Amino acid sequence: MPWSRIKTDYIEPDFYGKEITGQRRLTYSESLNEALSQALEIDSSVFVMGQGVDDPSGMFGSTKNLQEKYGAKRVFDTPLAETALTGIAAGAAMAGMKPVYFHNRPDFLYLALDQLANHAAKWSYMFAGKVSVPLVIWACIGRGWGSGAQHSQALQGLFMHIPGLKLVMPSTCYDTKGLMLTAIKDPNPVIIIDHRMNYRNQGYVPEKMYTIPFGKGVKRRNGSDVTVVAISHMVTDSLLAAEELYQEEKIDVEIIDPRTLCPLDEELILASVLKTGRLVIVDMGWKTGGVSAEIASLVVEKGFSSLKAPIKRVTCPDLPTPSGYTLEDVFYIDKNQIKKAVVEAVLG
Amino acid sequence: MSQQKKNLSHLGINRELQKKMFYSMLRIRRVQERIDQEYLNDQMKTPVHLCVGQEAIAVGACEAIEQTDYISSNHRGHGHYLAKGGNLKKLIAELHCKSTGCSGGFGGSMHIIDTSVGHLGSSSIVGGGIPLGTGMALASKMKNNGRVSVVFFGDGAADEGVLYESINFAILRKLPVIFILENNKWAVCSPVTTRQTSKNIFHRTDQDLLLTADINGNDIAQVYKTMVQAVNRARSGEGPSFIECDTYRILGHAGCETQDPKGYRELNEINEWKEKCPIKSLKQELMNNGFLENNEIEHLESMIKDEIDDAFAYAVNSPLPSAEDLHGSLFSE
Repeated sequence: MPWSRIKTDYIEPDFYGKEITGQRRLTYSESLNEALSQALEIDSSVFVMGQGVDDPSGMFGSTKNLQEKYGAKRVFDTPLAETALTGIAAGAAMAGMKPVYFHNRPDFLYLALDQLANHAAKWSYMFAGKVSVPLVIWACIGRGWGSGAQHSQALQGLFMHIPGLKLVMPSTCYDTKGLMLTAIKDPNPVIIIDHRMNYRNQGYVPEKMYTIPFGKGVKRRNGSDVTVVAISHMVTDSLLAAEELYQEEKIDVEIIDPRTLCPLDEELILASVLKTGRLVIVDMGWKTGGVSAEIASLVVEKGFSSLKAPIKRVTCPDLPTPSGYTLEDVFYIDKNQIKKAVVEAVLG
Repeated sequence: MSQQKKNLSHLGINRELQKKMFYSMLRIRRVQERIDQEYLNDQMKTPVHLCVGQEAIAVGACEAIEQTDYISSNHRGHGHYLAKGGNLKKLIAELHCKSTGCSGGFGGSMHIIDTSVGHLGSSSIVGGGIPLGTGMALASKMKNNGRVSVVFFGDGAADEGVLYESINFAILRKLPVIFILENNKWAVCSPVTTRQTSKNIFHRTDQDLLLTADINGNDIAQVYKTMVQAVNRARSGEGPSFIECDTYRILGHAGCETQDPKGYRELNEINEWKEKCPIKSLKQELMNNGFLENNEIEHLESMIKDEIDDAFAYAVNSPLPSAEDLHGSLFSE
């Protein structure tokens, strides 16, 4: 399925410096694969499950060869039964294991909601911390190529709403490894929502194991005129937009990548808005009651006096995803919508 | 509960075990009755779901397993908790919403826990505990620690698709898990006959894949003996079992007896099942065989009463959580 032709390969900028990342460049899937492999290697309680994890092309290559290396007891294909399998993973986590449960699409997580929201998310609080649920759920947004209304949803807004779940949305090769290792180490249910366009990325990734603290975002581009908070793959599109805006309009954009939505690095966002006075939020989820609404509320509540202009939001429209490509083209957001919103935020 | 490994090599039940099970059932019954009596005082501000009439299932099942084994329980879970060895004082304190409760006042009657005896918390989403208990069995299998997992659920949960999904996975992976369906005939005020047309489909499964049994859940000897078979099967790596226990919910769905709405079921039905009381029948058997005397029963009753009095006093005198406690343990450290 040539979804990957929608975008070309993308070489990430050197975000962190070679002294941190080293000289080795990996693809996004190689980086995530290495994280899983290292976690399986050092911790016998870690296991990887999900429909298709033993498929060579499974999970966009993220789980490739893991079954060969670690055996079918620890890396296994599952029935499709998302509800029970989520509960089974949560139960195994309560009894001391560390499951990493893969789903090709977030859409399937609706089937798992009872076990995620009613059980895994509540267990620690409901039982006063007597049992923890070290569970990692991974799912990948499947934008493009006619995936349609039930194979392309970006459900981060839904999961951000549920207390007791941590929510991670990586955007770079370095981060996907570090955040996965943090997620596996975390004693709580963590949902990682990835984006298949990230799989065109290549970037510098250290061989050693490393973790990235949750709740610590990064500034992807330093700028003075306007803050863009971009989620997951929208970081890449925002970077492209920012370079063009600088060339074409001399608008200097600062880009913030929160990396995790729960916990959210409020300080980083508020400090940037304090500096620039303007905010554009870019998220491929829906607008109403979603991530962009939450971040806008945060800034209105805690940083209102910093704002020189109304907040702009670039999101997908409040509609199911259409399948046809002419409709997809207008449904999805890209560099051009980001540029337009930034110009409006700056010039009014 | 004895820490010693139970000898399950024979199916027989000796006199000591019978008396122990009698005591355990009687204790659960008296606890439930006390909650029922005191409920209208509004000191227990939590919806209680009492298990009067179903004690033989909890006790018969838990007597056949070890303290280190897991159980997964539900909203009607006081019996499972106590039969597994859960702390009575902490249960009663939890019903009083106190900080000393087994869930620190965050859980209430439907969310009770005692990790020291393999009870990792009960769900009040009907059927919700089924995959969790199955997952605990997966953990046991992966760790090869010999623990089994017993999942208690009712006929309401047997309406849910998650049961099918969980049993399928348990068969597939030969998990050491025992699914116990307590068919008490009612889900809130809906009779099982309006929700299911025949016996559960799992009774038709190949016995090599899933050991199934359809038993009188008010006969503790049957419960125990069937469990012994299932536990031996689970421990030897042969896979899961499904035991349907025929029983009855004597009290209402929630709250105390006087709060049970009238008119949805016949009084005759309740009275017939009261006659089939599992405690009464075991008591009769023990007395007929000369294993139990009236004065011994009086002694047991008085011990139980003292223990319950103590538990209620402990609960009443315990502190309540305060505003500073609200954020609690949303996340584990």
